Amino acid sequence: MGSLPAYIARRLLVALPTLLVVSFIVFGLQLLLPGDPALLLAGEDRDPEVIAYMRRLYRLDEPIWVQYGDWVLRVVQGDLGESIRLKESVGSLIGAKLWVTAELAVLSMLWAVAIGIPAGILSAVKRDTIWDWSASAVGLAGLSIPNFWLGIMLILFFSVELGWLPASGYVSPWEDPLGNLAALAMPSFVLGSGVAAVLMRHTRSAMLTVLNADYIRTARAKGLAEKRVVRRHALRNALVPVVTLGAIQLGELLGGAVLTEQVFSIPGFGKLIVDAVFNRDYAVVQGVVLVTALAFILLNLVADLIYFLVNPRMRG
Amino acid sequence: MTAVAAAPAGEAPRDRFRAWRRLRRRKAAMVGLAVFAAFILLALAAPWVAPYDPLKTNFLLVRKPPSGLHWFGTDEIGRDVLSRVLWGARASLLAGVVSVTIAVAIGVPLGLLSGYARGWVDGLLMRVTDGLLACPGLILAIAMAAFLGPSLTNAMIAIGITAMPVFIRLTRGQVLAVTVEDYVEAARALGNPPMRIALRHVLPNILPPILVQATLAMAAAILAEAALSFLGLGQQPPAPSWGSMLNVARNFIGQAPWMSWWPGLAIVAVVLSLNLLGDGLRDAFDPKED
Amino acid sequence: MKRLIALAFAATLAAGTAGAQTTLRIGLAEDPDVMDPTTARTFVGRIVFASVCDKLLDIDRDQKLVPQLATEWSWSDDQKSLTLKLRPNVKFHDGEPMDAAAVKYSLERHLNFPGSRRKGEISQIKAITVVDPLTVRLDLAVPFAPLIAQLTDRAGMIVSPKAAAAMGDKFGSAPVCAGPFKWVERVQQDRIVVERFADYWDGGNIHFDRIVYQPVVDATVRLASLQSGQLDLVERVAATDVDTVKRNSRLRLVQATELGYLGISFNIANGDKAKTPLGQDARVRRAIELAIDRDAINQVVFNGLFTPGNQWVSPQSPWYVKSVPVPRRDVTRAKALLKEAGVPNLSFTLNLPSGSENAQVAQVIQAMLQEAGIDMKLRTVEFATSLQMASKGDFEAYLIPWSGRVDPDGNIWTFSACEAAQNDARYCNPEMDKWLKEARSTNDRERRMAAYEQAAKVQAADLPRIYLYHRTWLYGLSGKLQGFQSPPDGLIRVQGLKLG
Repeated sequence: MGSLPAYIARRLLVALPTLLVVSFIVFGLQLLLPGDPALLLAGEDRDPEVIAYMRRLYRLDEPIWVQYGDWVLRVVQGDLGESIRLKESVGSLIGAKLWVTAELAVLSMLWAVAIGIPAGILSAVKRDTIWDWSASAVGLAGLSIPNFWLGIMLILFFSVELGWLPASGYVSPWEDPLGNLAALAMPSFVLGSGVAAVLMRHTRSAMLTVLNADYIRTARAKGLAEKRVVRRHALRNALVPVVTLGAIQLGELLGGAVLTEQVFSIPGFGKLIVDAVFNRDYAVVQGVVLVTALAFILLNLVADLIYFLVNPRMRG
Repeated sequence: MTAVAAAPAGEAPRDRFRAWRRLRRRKAAMVGLAVFAAFILLALAAPWVAPYDPLKTNFLLVRKPPSGLHWFGTDEIGRDVLSRVLWGARASLLAGVVSVTIAVAIGVPLGLLSGYARGWVDGLLMRVTDGLLACPGLILAIAMAAFLGPSLTNAMIAIGITAMPVFIRLTRGQVLAVTVEDYVEAARALGNPPMRIALRHVLPNILPPILVQATLAMAAAILAEAALSFLGLGQQPPAPSWGSMLNVARNFIGQAPWMSWWPGLAIVAVVLSLNLLGDGLRDAFDPKED
Repeated sequence: MKRLIALAFAATLAAGTAGAQTTLRIGLAEDPDVMDPTTARTFVGRIVFASVCDKLLDIDRDQKLVPQLATEWSWSDDQKSLTLKLRPNVKFHDGEPMDAAAVKYSLERHLNFPGSRRKGEISQIKAITVVDPLTVRLDLAVPFAPLIAQLTDRAGMIVSPKAAAAMGDKFGSAPVCAGPFKWVERVQQDRIVVERFADYWDGGNIHFDRIVYQPVVDATVRLASLQSGQLDLVERVAATDVDTVKRNSRLRLVQATELGYLGISFNIANGDKAKTPLGQDARVRRAIELAIDRDAINQVVFNGLFTPGNQWVSPQSPWYVKSVPVPRRDVTRAKALLKEAGVPNLSFTLNLPSGSENAQVAQVIQAMLQEAGIDMKLRTVEFATSLQMASKGDFEAYLIPWSGRVDPDGNIWTFSACEAAQNDARYCNPEMDKWLKEARSTNDRERRMAAYEQAAKVQAADLPRIYLYHRTWLYGLSGKLQGFQSPPDGLIRVQGLKLG
């Protein structure tokens, strides 16, 4: 396995071609997508002069490889370009939304951990009992209900019926920390419920594997109380793969909150990119995908590092 | 990017029916299998069991609650919801089955190739896979569906391609694990051609985790079709799918809640059953079990 | 969970008592684009402009022109020059005076700024002359009646020359105008905040300190935000949600028929897809119109709240041609016409923009046409794609909404005049052209109306597009809000709006 710094360096080196592939995919999609940004930008009146001007301004008539080359050159200098729809730099747009999405992702992860791990443990320890099945059912229900649907149901109940939580919008935590939590409570629950099921399943299977392992049998044979076996020995080992999985899920949450953000009008990455795709605001699509991909890669690296550090068998 | 979710590599297939026997003992999995099978039967039998033409509108019976004539009520333009749920099962289950078939049909061979060939082929394939995995999945699907044009078929293709990289990774990981096993080494030593080893010895051993992943991916694909419908990129009107029905019903939650109950329940039931089945399969194939 | 709820509850309380500032929170159906009057293009952006940028003129409930920044206006005898008297002592948000020079600057900016979306609206202006500090004269190349109505919209918005010159193409990120509210901030895709402008010329009519505009795309969630008291006013309530608003004693519904319409446009001469009986034979299109029951669409999809129509303006408009009434459904005649045209089994594809309301309308029409033996297939096309398909002629028919203009010319010229910008059907009938030209060349109302009557007859005979209905702007208001005006342009005017 080699030393840790060497490992990290190697992994980061591998990330570069991956990012290159991501950029190819994004530009490939741009090439394939029908629809002309200039036509869109010209608005209802579709003044031919405006269309021609937009083509010139954003160099839409250039061949795709020239556009790609320009883009790479700019990105290397840290410039992600300008949104043609909002006339703002993509870098600052991403900067503004990164926090929102990251916060939403972390809160969702909290929900997921709070629901998924206890449910997984319960279901493994009380295997094949009513506890196991109901924990599975509750956990899996979260995975089975479409997000946009669950979101609207929650809004109708908690906002309209009870009036406890705001139905839409985002409040900055610096302005109003409680309002911030209230605004994100439902969207993060919706996102977290899906992840909870994944965590639950993996906690359950990891726990089952560990509970059957030799050292646990030994612990049991030594006459340790079952609760203590579970808490002291099984849990610690079982959680290792779950933690790594959690990091990967977190990475997916960064890019995968599209519909939930839309339903709750949360101004994060998801909303930014969906609007950008539908408005053919390519600079934004490119920038956001690049940044989410980078975040995804880094989180995976972190996940593997945790695995590497915690799992004794991998540290040869 | 380690695929932590990968199930452990199997041993040689000593007893092909052992897994089935073990699966049969898992009640939850059997319930899942039964529910899924029942939905497939209903979808196949839709033309005979649906009480009405799913496209037949009746402007005098718009958004009527469940009744003796229309058990599940009627929808926003007076169609029978029960009939639409039954016909919609075809679209939604097809979305699950076809997109996963696409993902498996492309992903598994590429994974085999990658695991076997090693070298630059492996490197290239893995970078592409990493790239696909790193792109937000729904965005890929949206862009692809927008490019191909909105239709159920294109949504299935888009979902399938997005689900593919996981299968490439999973297969490759299994191949790497299996090829070092003794019986494969032995087969190689006996001079069997690589192709034959791949098909006879490797493939059967990597099937279990792929089967598990397939059931889970199918559940995800059914939800993805619903999500694409939300954005207008799934099944096209007037043909029903559960996702598109749910998406329309969303606008009538206050006035006609029954419009969303049934497609919603159907999605939950199928996705749940697939997940239960997947879990059961995982346990049944797990060599460490009993 | 309990703790979170308690937290949320505390937060709500805190928000309710914070300061004596009055804030109006408005829910928008979309996210506005760039907020520069010269380059802005979305409808929803106009709603925000209504509180930030005053215009030379405005319209009232009955579509009549009323003074805003200009107090008087008059045409010369040859109808080629328009003289505007400006309101005295009006200031921009940056303290600069709003005078004739500023008007000249703004209109010239609309005409010359690279990428201006306004140029096409006022391109007939040849020269702008400052007569005195409060008088401007616009000289036209030819008489052009629709011009004055353009001054009630973005083309009539006057910007601070100093700020516009300083900010250039970034002006849209913090516009400086002479409206009742000045720009505070915009958090992209989240909210736009404006605050009361102390020196507004009509300050007595302004009763809020701040307005927060928040885009909430989902209609159900938008209404839920109003119900939960998080928003005070939402635009575009879904027709099917009207009962929910009416049943709620704390909410109020305000409605107004729009200036625009929804119609089906046919490919008449744009490429190969026009070479079908549908594109070539007006009898076939007539049969389609006869097979459609506009009232039933309105009842089934919109609870009877919209207005069925057959012209580019609604039957309530002063420009509606009464001698060409909405035809009644007649399936027998529709079938007979199809037979006559030699296509008893007509089949074609209708493109429609995504959105479940559009899909409902299309499916209802599909069912109606089926009864006349017409097989209409549906194809949802996402907006950006549909624009391109339309301009390339890659369509047989498409469902199209038009947001509408104050002057009727804005609803018909660009679609039906030969080679006009949005005439994707490539429909061209010299007869139609003649009447449309006549109608835009005079300010004489009677003559214009007579020309539109002829045009409506040509439209009814040729049917390059079938007008179906006119939407109703539906606003949901907190019951406490009073003084909301609802002119047909669908904007939200903040003058006179207050908490009761």
